[in-house]
Amino acid sequence: MKILVCISKTPDTTAKIAFTDNNTKFDVNGVQWIINPYDEWYALVRAIELKEKDAATIIHLVTVGAADAEPIIRKALALGGDEAIRVNADSHDSFYIASQIAEVAKQGGYDLVLTGKETIDYNGSSIGGMVAELLDLPYVSLATKFELAGTKATITREIEGGEETNEVELPVVVSAQKGMAEARIPNMRGIMAARTKPLKVVEPITVEALTAVAGFGLPPAKAGVKLVDAENVEELVRLLHEEAKAI
Amino acid sequence: MSVLVYIDTADGHVKKSSLEVLTYGAKVAEQLGTSVEGVVLGTTTEDLSALGKYGVKKIHHVANEALNNFDAQVFTKVIAQAAEASGATVIVFSNNLSGKAIAPRLSVRLKAGLVSGAVALPDTSNGFTVKKNVFSGKAFANIAVSTQVKIIALNPNAYQTIAGEGTAEVVALNAAVDAAKIKVTNVTKASGEVPLAEADVVVSAGRGLKGPENWGMVEELAKLLHAATACSRPVADAHWRPHNEHVGQTGVAIAPNLYIAIGISGAIQHLAGVNRSKVIVVINKDPEAPFFKAADYGIVGDAFEIIPKFTAAIKKLKGVA
Repeated sequence: MKILVCISKTPDTTAKIAFTDNNTKFDVNGVQWIINPYDEWYALVRAIELKEKDAATIIHLVTVGAADAEPIIRKALALGGDEAIRVNADSHDSFYIASQIAEVAKQGGYDLVLTGKETIDYNGSSIGGMVAELLDLPYVSLATKFELAGTKATITREIEGGEETNEVELPVVVSAQKGMAEARIPNMRGIMAARTKPLKVVEPITVEALTAVAGFGLPPAKAGVKLVDAENVEELVRLLHEEAKAI
Repeated sequence: MSVLVYIDTADGHVKKSSLEVLTYGAKVAEQLGTSVEGVVLGTTTEDLSALGKYGVKKIHHVANEALNNFDAQVFTKVIAQAAEASGATVIVFSNNLSGKAIAPRLSVRLKAGLVSGAVALPDTSNGFTVKKNVFSGKAFANIAVSTQVKIIALNPNAYQTIAGEGTAEVVALNAAVDAAKIKVTNVTKASGEVPLAEADVVVSAGRGLKGPENWGMVEELAKLLHAATACSRPVADAHWRPHNEHVGQTGVAIAPNLYIAIGISGAIQHLAGVNRSKVIVVINKDPEAPFFKAADYGIVGDAFEIIPKFTAAIKKLKGVA
């Protein structure tokens, strides 16, 4: 069993969101970077759990990014995983990134490619589906459970108002969300071990991006809260009905 | 040339989000001086021609029972055939669970640039750019798409459905359908409840409710408003409520017309999942709760006193005893 886990570097959830260069670039000034939470808590930790059940499992991590992504990939290795691959490219659009990941996946011959359900910066939710199409593999998106028996995976995924159980033969691409695994914190042994785990750097393949960011913007600020007295709840209902027309 | 809309169904019924994308697709077609067509996969009990009132002129129906179970790989190939049959230059999905699974695959298959999580009509004044949410709703980006065929996945509740007059022509599309590699072995649905992602109104509660035994009043209020129920992360982590009700950065991101937050402080991670709601009401006994800064309306007070009064006032408004 060979697993490829896709890891993305994202700004911390509490990072201040601002833009520079005439609103065309994200302002990285003072931003703390983290492993995209969906990649870390759900995709990577589930892969580690599978390895704990079957020691013969091999976990590789892949990230597409410049050298400044290395602290993030080392942090991921501290949680678990045998080796990491960094595709040495500035990030472009999701098609570009998915193409690089698919190339790594083709070279490595993996049974399972795991991604988080989306990154918390671009919120595209696209990488898993694109990688699956590039590899011509089945794709189960927004999975909340993943179990394995031999080469057959039993996966639970979210559907509107419920969930659905899917059975599929490996290889498969899966995007993971809450429910898949519980968040972990790397321990000292893991952090020490991560320093010496192999981190391969490969050059990107030539791919034309399909989209580009033309500009960023911030939503208009809220007008401010209208407080209603706790003794006058009927007034809130009136406002919601007559002013906000929400009920 | 046309705009093609993927009309998503569940159990043979057209989803509410499909009506939004049909309305949106009709508007995009009007912008581009072309017409809007739709595609439906699987058998259905509904009269598809009636969808014409949302502006769609022609619906390609692949009424193949093999498509009643979802497999993104199979669906992608069928929609690609519909795109060819309709000569689509813009393909529109709802950015719902099906859209998130199919649109990226179709983007690769057709080498068509994808904007997922779109929140507005495309700007075609200079090229083709589409506004989408980024940074979990804390900002937006305008994405320029340069490919000949373009795919837009529209966020649920981002565009209002408008029903007019009209009937759509329904044509059978005899598409090649591959055998699915994914076998659906079990489906569980909470019956009678409003699905969270599609709900117009969401009533959500947090630790301020003190325990799962107190959710009765939340459910009563939700039922009265035809709302879905939701909760904060600590509540889901404590197993007071199921995980699929958790809204926030790491749970579900929603954008209802009305979001009522009871006893939730409003941590930044929670706000990231709800800040696209049109109207936010916060009820919290702590006047310093950060959620008030993101709210439109608020009451500082004890949930156990406010909620029964609130419910009673809504009953009065709606004229129910």
